[in-house]
Amino acid sequence: MYKEYLTVSNIVGPLVIVEKIRDVKFGELVEIETAEGILRRGTVLDVSTERAIVQVFEGTMGLDVDKSKVRFLGRSQQLGVSEEIIGRIFDGSGMPKDHGPQIIAEKMIDITGSPINPDARDYPSEFIQTGISSIDGMNPLVRGQKLPLFSGSGLPHARVAAQIARQAAVLGKKEKFAVVFGAMGITFEEANFFIEDFRNTGALERAVLFLNLANEPPIERIATPRLALTCAEYLAFEQDMHVLVILVDMTFYAEALREISAARKEIPGRRGYPGYLYTDLASMYERAGRIKEKKGSITLIPILTMPEDDKTHPIADLTGYITEGQIMLSREIHRKGIYPPIDVLPSLSRLKDKGIGEGKTREDHADVLNQLFACYARGKEARELALILGEAALSDLDKLYLKFADLFEDEFVRQGEFESRSILDTVDLGWKLLRTIPRAELKRIRPEYLEKYYTEKL
Amino acid sequence: MKQGKIIRVAGPLVVASECLGAKMYDMVKIGELGLIGEIIELREDMAFIQVYEDTTGIGPEEPVFLTGKPLSVELGPGLMSSIYDGIQRPLDIIRSKEGDFVTRGIELPPLDREKKWGFNPTAKKGQDVAEGDIIGEVEETPLIKHKIMVPEGSAGKIVEIKKGKFLVEEAVARIETQKEVKELKMFQTWSIRKNRGVYERLMPDEPLTTGQRVLDTLFPLAKGGTGCVPGPFGSGKTVVQHQLAKWSDAQIIVFVACGERGNEVADLLLSFPELEDPHTGRPLMERTVIIANTSNMPVAAREASIYTGMTIAEYFRDMGYSVALMADSSSRWAEALREISGRMEEMPGEEGYPAYLASRIAAFYERAGKVVCLGSDKRLGALSVMGAVSPPGGDLSDPVVQATLKVVKVFWALDDRLANMRHFPAINWLLSYSLYVENIKDYLNSQVAEEFTDLRQEAMQLLEEESELQEIARLVGVESLSARERLVLESARSIREDFLHQNAFHPQDTYTSLRKQYLMLRTILHFFHSGISALEEGEVLDEILALEVREKISKMKFLPEEDAGIHEVYIKVDDAFKKLLQKKGIREENV
Repeated sequence: MYKEYLTVSNIVGPLVIVEKIRDVKFGELVEIETAEGILRRGTVLDVSTERAIVQVFEGTMGLDVDKSKVRFLGRSQQLGVSEEIIGRIFDGSGMPKDHGPQIIAEKMIDITGSPINPDARDYPSEFIQTGISSIDGMNPLVRGQKLPLFSGSGLPHARVAAQIARQAAVLGKKEKFAVVFGAMGITFEEANFFIEDFRNTGALERAVLFLNLANEPPIERIATPRLALTCAEYLAFEQDMHVLVILVDMTFYAEALREISAARKEIPGRRGYPGYLYTDLASMYERAGRIKEKKGSITLIPILTMPEDDKTHPIADLTGYITEGQIMLSREIHRKGIYPPIDVLPSLSRLKDKGIGEGKTREDHADVLNQLFACYARGKEARELALILGEAALSDLDKLYLKFADLFEDEFVRQGEFESRSILDTVDLGWKLLRTIPRAELKRIRPEYLEKYYTEKL
Repeated sequence: MKQGKIIRVAGPLVVASECLGAKMYDMVKIGELGLIGEIIELREDMAFIQVYEDTTGIGPEEPVFLTGKPLSVELGPGLMSSIYDGIQRPLDIIRSKEGDFVTRGIELPPLDREKKWGFNPTAKKGQDVAEGDIIGEVEETPLIKHKIMVPEGSAGKIVEIKKGKFLVEEAVARIETQKEVKELKMFQTWSIRKNRGVYERLMPDEPLTTGQRVLDTLFPLAKGGTGCVPGPFGSGKTVVQHQLAKWSDAQIIVFVACGERGNEVADLLLSFPELEDPHTGRPLMERTVIIANTSNMPVAAREASIYTGMTIAEYFRDMGYSVALMADSSSRWAEALREISGRMEEMPGEEGYPAYLASRIAAFYERAGKVVCLGSDKRLGALSVMGAVSPPGGDLSDPVVQATLKVVKVFWALDDRLANMRHFPAINWLLSYSLYVENIKDYLNSQVAEEFTDLRQEAMQLLEEESELQEIARLVGVESLSARERLVLESARSIREDFLHQNAFHPQDTYTSLRKQYLMLRTILHFFHSGISALEEGEVLDEILALEVREKISKMKFLPEEDAGIHEVYIKVDDAFKKLLQKKGIREENV
């Protein structure tokens, strides 16, 4: 039996301080029993010879200093996994939430995970067709990439994420595929949107969901994404599946982390977030990837809402430094009534270069993509100029670019929520738009491709 | 081994008591697992230890083993082509022994103990040798001759020197010092926090060519110099660093991936064995050492990783090589400092960074330089250092950026706006600077072309003028500018798009020699000069801008390295303007 301590001395926010302990280890899982016999769980954040600081997942409400019993379980937090896990829904701490039975664990896995040896990583290079032109054409996603959606409140990031989950496929292949969904602090409605969408498309049978909703304990959110990723690692690297992990909303996760840091009176970094936010986020994001000689992969799409649409906010900023690019949703484009409201200019996919081109998408893809970027950027500049000086002041060329920018948003970016465009259609659409610009202007495209595709009539 | 006892564990910080006698920066092993740590503070008998591995499962009362030695690296044959973590553990061997994930408490020698290396003596029996003298060579890779040097602090007469194949731990020579006869092995150990000695430091006076036009022509780095690349995420820091690692003409590259993405390291590891060094035609991996401590690997080891890389780089410099060290990214290293400092409850300076941040950064970059190495042959070595900085939100007032700018001589400012326009490398030509332009002027003008630095100056002026004109155009419209001013705008645009813009993923465009850079720039400016004269002759601007040769200029970057192709474009510029003036002549006659 485990030793029980009745020596709680302080309860501060989500933290409980236990005195006169023995043989307690850093990171150990803790059970706390209230006077009413209700169980709470937590983990050791700091331990010295006299006391341990325990962070309680379910919050400290109802705990008292006097009667709470604390048990140290001698292991860190684990997730029991087996093949049966697919199709199940769990709460934010890994308990079944779908009225189904407990999982009979084939094995127990530590949820903190170990870093993948950089030498074991395989470079992601398989193009994933999401059917969304502004992603496939401009910022393509590849298997094993971590590509966040940067959004703001009120923007349709959930619909975009669901569309990606619905349509994502690797060209010409049928393989074992699964979706792992981790929700941190989102509302029931938002979570339900995903569940219904997965159900309607049959994806629910191939999905595992971990849900921590807005009214559930914030501290539990620290564990939720780790549970999801642990499950994903099991499916990808032991069951050979291609796993798409969607995590919403990382902003709430970071806020929970800040809450703990504040309760521990740590010296804050920017905007009150702890100095180790980068390391902490990295310990999750970096679990995406491919491993040499393993069939499966983890592709990660974290979603975060940027406070005041500010991408220099620490959460967005640090995420951007870790992930391999970002898909940026824009309020301006959303206001124009364009779906998906993806602003391609600040969006980026760092891994695209090895995922596109001959044999993957099409030989001219990379050049077309660069040219579209350059033309659209110039068109937007012209648009700004026209705002100040009036359209009449623009040179003829600038007028063409201005028209190009409008066309680009209207035809290339805009598409239906259930419309899946093949990558060839997307590249051809790009050419259709580029033909509105004089050939000599298309400097980013190799002469041989210009020869082959520019003159070609649709 | 002396033992202490853990009294507190808080993440990567462990405090142990009963450690009297331990020294600052000594290496310790923690708990039954033997996790590696380093002492960073001593208070009476308590030692504060930063631990280079995850401390989950470690608790009070567990033992701490004091090794009494500082955290050191092993220097000897076997370094080249290796991939190490932040404290020089070989990641490839860890993978073959422990699987795809890095587990804890692994202890493996950094240099292969079972591999035999062919040792060729260059010193003779009876010869007097001093510290830094080369006694023999090992062909480590076809590119690199690993020089075996007398370790610092040793000197004497060689009483025996062998030839043949040996393990790194076997003695290859014995020297008789004043006190004893000492065995010399092929490897030595060195504390990562201690600079390796040099005979004398020199001013850098040769460019480190990188094949990147905006860097080599506008903002050159010198061999033995220091540079930094700050920029917000997505502005192309890592691509710039990778390009430098691939194409710069240093003989040896040490790449420190410090707290960055695992996939980027994978990219280096998979592409370097296949990419050819443009100077020698051999795989790039044969001249590269990679230190990889990715963002999810333990934070304290990240702090150590740049010192590990620096010490290895210094060691190769001591052999007389030109070495380049890339650190991507120094901000992650600074954050590791901050995290440890926070856990030690030190009084924070700016943005929570410790007060000693600036001095640590300065000391790090100061380890670069062009030097006369130790050793009686007075060989020259150079160590160039390039650090990426990742300021939050791209804000250059960030303490890490500011502290770095105070010491480095080259500043490559990455610009979000350029990156969004997909102008790569997104280096802002108005903000960036290089303080080596004067130092290397003579070299460029004598080795490349006499007018090289003048052309550079003119290009810079055009770009400067462009930004002023754009300001005016924005206020009153392009139409109000004179024909000359509009030609300046167009020519500056040509410099930007046809010269500065460079596609790292295009096989021809990814690397441009200094010679080709010179020819390209000369041709672009030739068009500008010819245009100005044509305007003076009364030619119409639109006719000049409509010349077909401009498309040829824009495609120069895709031409092969040989002079001929670009010469042809140069002559075509002449022809085009001749024809234009003839046409004008005919027009005027008709009138």
